[in-house]
Amino acid sequence: MRIEGRGLVDRGQTLGFRFDGRDYVGHPGDTLASALLANGVRLIGRSFKYHRPRGVLTAGAEEPNALVEILEEGQHTPNVRATVQELYQGLAARSQNRFPSLGFDLLAVNDLAAPFLSVGFYYKTFMWPRHFWEGLYEPLIRRAAGLGTLSKRHDEADYEKAFAFCDLLVIGAGPAGLAAALEAGRAGADVILCDEDARMGGRLLSETLTLDDAPAVDWVMAALAELAALPNVRLMPRTTVTGAYDQGTFGALERVGLHLHLPARPHLPRECFWRIVARRAILAAGALERPIAFQNNDRPGIMLASAVRSYLNRYGVTPGRRVTVFANNDEARRTAHDLMAAGVPVAAIIDSRPHSSAVEDCPVYTGAAVIDSRGRRGLSQITVRHGGGISMIETDCLAVSGGWNPTLHLTSHMGGRPLWNEALAGFVPAPNAVPGLAPAGAAAGVMSTAGCLASGQRAAREVLEALGRKAPGLPLPAAEDAPYVIEPLWSVPGTGGRWARAWLDFANDVTVKDVGLAARENFASVEHMKRYTTQGMAPDQGKNSNVAALAVLADATGRTIAETGTTTFRPPYTPVSIAAIGAGGRGAGFAPQRLLTSHQASVERGAPMIEAGLWYRPSYFPRPGEATWRDACDREVRMVRGAVGVCDVSTLGKIDIQGADAARFLDLVYANTFSTLPVGRVRYGLMLREDGHVMDDGTTARLGEAHYLTTTTTAAAGQVMRHLDFVHQAFCADWDLRFISVTESWAQIAVAGPKARALLASVLDTMPDLPFMGCAGVGVQGVKGRLFRISFSGELGYEIAVPARYGEALFRDLLARAETMGGGAYGMEALNVLRIEKGLLTHAEIHGRVTAFDVGMERMLGAKDCIGKGPSRRPGLLGPDREQMVGLRPLDPEQALSSGAHLFVPGETVERVNDQGYTTSACWSPTLNSWLALGFLKDGRARHGQTLRLVDHLRGIDVLCEVCDPVFHDREGGKLRA
Amino acid sequence: MRLTCPLCGPRDRREFYYYGADDYLHRPAPDAPPAAWDDYLHNRDNPAGMLRDLWYHEAGCGQWLAVSRNTVSHDITAVECVAPLRPARKKAVRNED
Repeated sequence: MRIEGRGLVDRGQTLGFRFDGRDYVGHPGDTLASALLANGVRLIGRSFKYHRPRGVLTAGAEEPNALVEILEEGQHTPNVRATVQELYQGLAARSQNRFPSLGFDLLAVNDLAAPFLSVGFYYKTFMWPRHFWEGLYEPLIRRAAGLGTLSKRHDEADYEKAFAFCDLLVIGAGPAGLAAALEAGRAGADVILCDEDARMGGRLLSETLTLDDAPAVDWVMAALAELAALPNVRLMPRTTVTGAYDQGTFGALERVGLHLHLPARPHLPRECFWRIVARRAILAAGALERPIAFQNNDRPGIMLASAVRSYLNRYGVTPGRRVTVFANNDEARRTAHDLMAAGVPVAAIIDSRPHSSAVEDCPVYTGAAVIDSRGRRGLSQITVRHGGGISMIETDCLAVSGGWNPTLHLTSHMGGRPLWNEALAGFVPAPNAVPGLAPAGAAAGVMSTAGCLASGQRAAREVLEALGRKAPGLPLPAAEDAPYVIEPLWSVPGTGGRWARAWLDFANDVTVKDVGLAARENFASVEHMKRYTTQGMAPDQGKNSNVAALAVLADATGRTIAETGTTTFRPPYTPVSIAAIGAGGRGAGFAPQRLLTSHQASVERGAPMIEAGLWYRPSYFPRPGEATWRDACDREVRMVRGAVGVCDVSTLGKIDIQGADAARFLDLVYANTFSTLPVGRVRYGLMLREDGHVMDDGTTARLGEAHYLTTTTTAAAGQVMRHLDFVHQAFCADWDLRFISVTESWAQIAVAGPKARALLASVLDTMPDLPFMGCAGVGVQGVKGRLFRISFSGELGYEIAVPARYGEALFRDLLARAETMGGGAYGMEALNVLRIEKGLLTHAEIHGRVTAFDVGMERMLGAKDCIGKGPSRRPGLLGPDREQMVGLRPLDPEQALSSGAHLFVPGETVERVNDQGYTTSACWSPTLNSWLALGFLKDGRARHGQTLRLVDHLRGIDVLCEVCDPVFHDREGGKLRA
Repeated sequence: MRLTCPLCGPRDRREFYYYGADDYLHRPAPDAPPAAWDDYLHNRDNPAGMLRDLWYHEAGCGQWLAVSRNTVSHDITAVECVAPLRPARKKAVRNED
């Protein structure tokens, strides 16, 4: 029910919205919760376990009860807190955890069975028969459990992530945060002020307090206007700081478009996840009021006293027509005062403290407590025990306050343990719990408005001093400075009986009884109690229940609260959607895409592009009439062997190495020697890891006396660069040497086949007469390029490099010319077949567990030292027990082989102990008209000619093969040197 | 987590590649016995407290850095270039604050 003349919502405008299929009206400035309460809707959801009717408990992010699903076009978002969701025109929401309807819920039967559903019920009941678990119990429990439902569709909405940097991050824009931001902002520091609410001001928006004898809201507006005018201050409303991390890094979630009916611009994100790096931070997150546990304290209409004030003073809504207040502190009486001033009848104030004042304009029961409540779908009556006996009071709203807990969660995120403060009856942050983060105001246990303003300003001055800035020393407004007077009251003994339950954790349906039972069953440590009862494990993460639950546990175990300790708060402070954390990472955004300069030319020819690391390379180039990739691949192989093929190999890593000590450096990082390589020649190199296994291979050209160009495989380019940098900087930083990756500076195209020379001669200004493994600078139609006579196919082959900007033109030109010569482009599939036929390595073979000995190259290791040389000779890395690289051919050439198959001696059983080795690559060779495989076989080089059984259970392959040399095609290399 | 690169300044840890303890800097002689290589390659301390390990500013300047940090408090006390820098530049840069 709205109260005229109250609140900050814009009554001049109306917003239509739906809840559970019924239409209502609210105003800009409303939350869904305030708008529902204004429309008299008290029952908003059903509880997790017992399906008890629940209403709004709080007016903030800590809400455990009023969780709803927000419905959008084709989507819905579960577990949205109605107390946080801003109202917009057309908002549609529905209640959760009920079937078939909110008013009549079948699973409410759980509530009748409550005595049997106590904590640990699942663990104790569903133990046997054992096989019932998977088929019966688990599906049943899963169906009944959980909050909300998922749409099971992809979330197509936009999300964003962003980074921000500042001198000072102020977390919370209540009195402490505003005072801190003003002081630091006027001093010229870069300030970011975050507040989870849509409107900044914190509790000042919800109280009838005055600052300098004017409404507090006036001061808030003036402060915000001043901050907004400062260029060094960034105001971030709707932004919850969710986590504190190392070196001043904070995570924050901004609700960008969740409060809008229509996005303000196309692709406006729903949420943005911020990483804010701050030199200093002030935690001015305020405090959260806590309930008191009493029998049936969970009915709709029972709310926190501060929430009732928020709805009244900020939203102009009274949650009840006849309100009662139940508290253990002075502050809650403001609720009664504000209500009465607004003309809402207050039935009674029930103050648990025997010596508290009884002077009010309504009945006051001191030393009294609420011991029970009634009302099936909403509160109608409470039972009060007081000095004179027991009374029933008719009331539809009970405002409860058990005191305040400082919002210290962020100070626990790096392992800080909060300290118990007896006077506040609450935990306060441990000093220096997060380096650079200072709590201020209510978050630090300062509860008066004047105290909060001063505390925020003091914290800002300390920051300014540390940053070397002069504090302006702004005058603070005069404000209330009442002491916070509280006598702890956690739970009220009930009337007894099996059904008598007092709730601690509303969201997970954990009662005082449950905590007591946990203690009796020796789950007496606070961490064990939490896990056994699930207290604090719901979406609110125990914000409403933690302190009371451990107070009850302390009582049950005969310890003090300080001795009992708290569970650990971990990030995030409030739920963060995975979509926001992973913003931008969906689909193609998951990883960067590296495209060849010839990409478009390949795509135009219909080539399917496949991933090679971050690169995309053409798989094959289909032609009309080819039914499968194999048809295209076989043709491309024959084309290279018979005419000429063109393939973009720019993805190979290219490292340009220069300096007087470049040769010496290559001798250190490669197993073989490069100092002896003549200028104008190219040499194959094998690079070892420090542990003696093969890291990578590739060719290195000597372009000048002190100038080398090293190539790496596509897959290992990054790893090799990292390794070279390490070896250089760690072991020989004083050598005359510099190197840099030039992978993306050069486009490099392989031209292979008997007609390769003729093709190149037609595009080069002058065709140099290069020997095999020679290199030279060339002119390519006036462009300076490089020509290497190297081959990864076994044919006469060249690789021609031009600056990357000419790559596409050269590729298209070569392709067009090749096609007139009976040649054309070949893709990764054909490239692979060609190199298997020739027995050349890829990372399928040098997979990290093979040595130079295994691949038959141990003779490359000469007398000189090199990385990996010592360890490559360790026992066990040499000799006949090693699996050595071999070739395999099926006895029947048509029988398919596979990679990943294992090798066995015919006649021996196929089991691990008899395993002789495995295959790493396999293909159909159109050149040899046979299947071929490369693999590793125990003592393989001594076993050429033997027949082995190749078994691949996964693909159903079981073939007899002959072991042979891994070079199947042109062993003598005559074609290379043609 | 943030590291202060001596060349680039304070940067997010996403710019860095982690390698391992700084034992990798102490490479045995080529003819050292297998036990020395075994120690170098495989045996590492796992201290609760101060640790010096190697990071590579891969998305930055390409420098290998030795980072002194506390595995308990997460304090970073020093970030130094692995390469002995020329005298004028040779200084350990303390992480800010």
